[in-house]
Amino acid sequence: MRLKISHTTSYHYDTPVPYALQQLRLRPKSRANQVVENWDITIEGGRKQLTFEDEHSNTVDLISFDPGASEITVHCQGEVDVTDTHGIVGRQTGFVPLWLYQRSTSLTRPGTQVRVMAAALEQTGNALNDLHRLSSDILEKVPYSTDQADPELSAEQVLTEGHGVCQDHAHVFIAVARHLGYPARYVSGYLSMDGQIDQNASHAWAEAHLPDLGWVGFDVSNGISPDDRYVRVATGLDYSGAAPVSGLRLGSAGEKLHVKLQVEQQ
Amino acid sequence: MTKPRPIFDEMTGFSGQPRKPYEKYSEWFSKEEVAHLRRKSARAESLFRLTGITFNVYGVEEATERLIPFDLVPRIITAREWQTLSRGIEQRVRAINAFLHDIYHRQEIIRAGRVPVEMIANNDAFLPEMIGVSPPGNIYTHIVGTDLVRTGENEFYVLEDNARTPSGVSYMLENRETMLHMFPELFSQNRVRGVSHYPRALRRSLSACRPDMTQGHTVVAVLTPGIHNSAYYEHAFLADQMGAELVEGHDLRVVDGRVAMRTTQGYQPIDVIYRRVDDEYLDPLTFNPDSMLGVPGIMDVYRAGGITIANAPGTGIADDKAIYSYMPEIVEFYTGERPILNNVPTWRCSDPEALSYVLDHLDELVVKEVHGSGGYGMLVGPAASKKELSEFRAKLEAKPSNYIAQPTLSLSTVPILASKGLSPRHVDLRPFALASPNGVEIIPGGLTRVALKKGSLVVNSSQGGGTKDTWVLEDE
Repeated sequence: MRLKISHTTSYHYDTPVPYALQQLRLRPKSRANQVVENWDITIEGGRKQLTFEDEHSNTVDLISFDPGASEITVHCQGEVDVTDTHGIVGRQTGFVPLWLYQRSTSLTRPGTQVRVMAAALEQTGNALNDLHRLSSDILEKVPYSTDQADPELSAEQVLTEGHGVCQDHAHVFIAVARHLGYPARYVSGYLSMDGQIDQNASHAWAEAHLPDLGWVGFDVSNGISPDDRYVRVATGLDYSGAAPVSGLRLGSAGEKLHVKLQVEQQ
Repeated sequence: MTKPRPIFDEMTGFSGQPRKPYEKYSEWFSKEEVAHLRRKSARAESLFRLTGITFNVYGVEEATERLIPFDLVPRIITAREWQTLSRGIEQRVRAINAFLHDIYHRQEIIRAGRVPVEMIANNDAFLPEMIGVSPPGNIYTHIVGTDLVRTGENEFYVLEDNARTPSGVSYMLENRETMLHMFPELFSQNRVRGVSHYPRALRRSLSACRPDMTQGHTVVAVLTPGIHNSAYYEHAFLADQMGAELVEGHDLRVVDGRVAMRTTQGYQPIDVIYRRVDDEYLDPLTFNPDSMLGVPGIMDVYRAGGITIANAPGTGIADDKAIYSYMPEIVEFYTGERPILNNVPTWRCSDPEALSYVLDHLDELVVKEVHGSGGYGMLVGPAASKKELSEFRAKLEAKPSNYIAQPTLSLSTVPILASKGLSPRHVDLRPFALASPNGVEIIPGGLTRVALKKGSLVVNSSQGGGTKDTWVLEDE
């Protein structure tokens, strides 16, 4: 399927910002199941400083704000052809050793509830089925809900809250999967929800590495493995390593974020 | 093991007669008056104080902090000894750089089973952000300060490979300058190799590591955490001596894809940054977001090939005390040669068998924290009280993987000038090696640290150590 994406992120500040940098992980890559036909990023209120590949082979743009800017807009536009591979992404490539994906991070550190959840999961010997069951167990325990104030909860905190968004689901999945011994990672990307062009936000899901299949995606929030409506953009050990935008700025200006995202099936 | 070994004195060997390299010095010393020398020594201290204050214009407090006692009896190394040492250090530096490249790429040494994966996977010194980075010439550690000890006429051991940010080179330079100033006649009687070219060599070596994409005159800067850092004096001194800019994080910004410093003519891009800020604080955008000392975005510029960071982030994985015990394997794996310099035999307490040996022989061994430095958190078994031993035993049993143990070496001694004349004290040696695509250059000399307390084996300045001028003699 061809997906046409238009993604605009704007930040407004109540006072001018003297100096700020943002890392953008907003460039999808062509790979076995997705071909990026075209992709452009334009910036208003700032400029691109450089582009590099991070350790997870994400293509990262570093942008700076124009001095004294009080508004910055990042606009991404492009078309991506996606093939349904039932969530199978394939073998590990690049130099990151698989064991790195078993390291716990502050957002995925296992606590009592993660351990309980891991222990409660029935292990049948079929890893794929087990992880699908884990995915549905998580959705049952943590129903999807957007009324959450804190955008950066750890897996353990999400289980305490008892509800969450895609990012929270991914963190719980990663924490439990790692605790069970699977290398696991966070994926940020786009999802085209059927029957609607306007999407609320960009999407996130998890991938686990299985000995025979390699990396397999699990979208806990939607109870499926990613298909041809999903565009993979960036991966990391957790949200902080794959976030679409992560920045740092001088001064104490208040920030307002506005996102407009359209994903159109063609 | 328990039998005390004789101690090798570098001036008189085991025999009590001056060894050849010390003959001329001993002859000179025999004609000097101890009281006169001690007055000179006191003057040397005040000279240090003066330079310290000159270089640290902001406060006297810093100057006193850096004032490590200086002893005026030189430590003398023969040309032949130095040849072995420098060849051995060069071999190790090459191996360490090859190891760092491997560990941040294919990890062949793990695939080959020469270093167990847990040694890297469970090690905080492994920096994922360095995965896939190949700096110019594949040099990761540009400045290495290898800590050596001596136990006999021809017995040297490497105690530690300081591959992240070795300090102390300013003492090597100043100790020599002080000696030249106080005793010029000694340098006409003895053919001592110079060390004063170190700053020039450092600049040349760093410049040779500039990024491929940069052009024109090479801009080198020294990044310091600031005046409150205990080594600020050294940072300022080296920048001054190298003709490099001394900068702090807040002086720098990302401009046109480069790290640039504010000057009167606007922002000027930096090609090579000699940073004396630890990895964790280097870049708040990538590492600790609360760091005020670093440069936001420098890791991004680095990964994009726009700056050389010396030493590279993540080099700590090579000088970790647990990795140290694998250095013989590491040297062989990457150079195909037998190590020229010996490692001290090391028990890794994470291994249950080793732990039980260590617990049984605690009063004979030196036990160190894997990630410790500066002589803190360390047990010297033979010197410890019963109470200290039992306290340490508890710590060791609680977290064995946090410790390594080594036999207590009979470190060599070199005399110091005590109140009644010469008196032997234990020493170690830290020569400084510079690595660039043009090769490894080792400055003939180094920092000799001396335990001023009689019988003490701890030479760290934080634990009552002093320094000496280190002479490497020209060929006979």
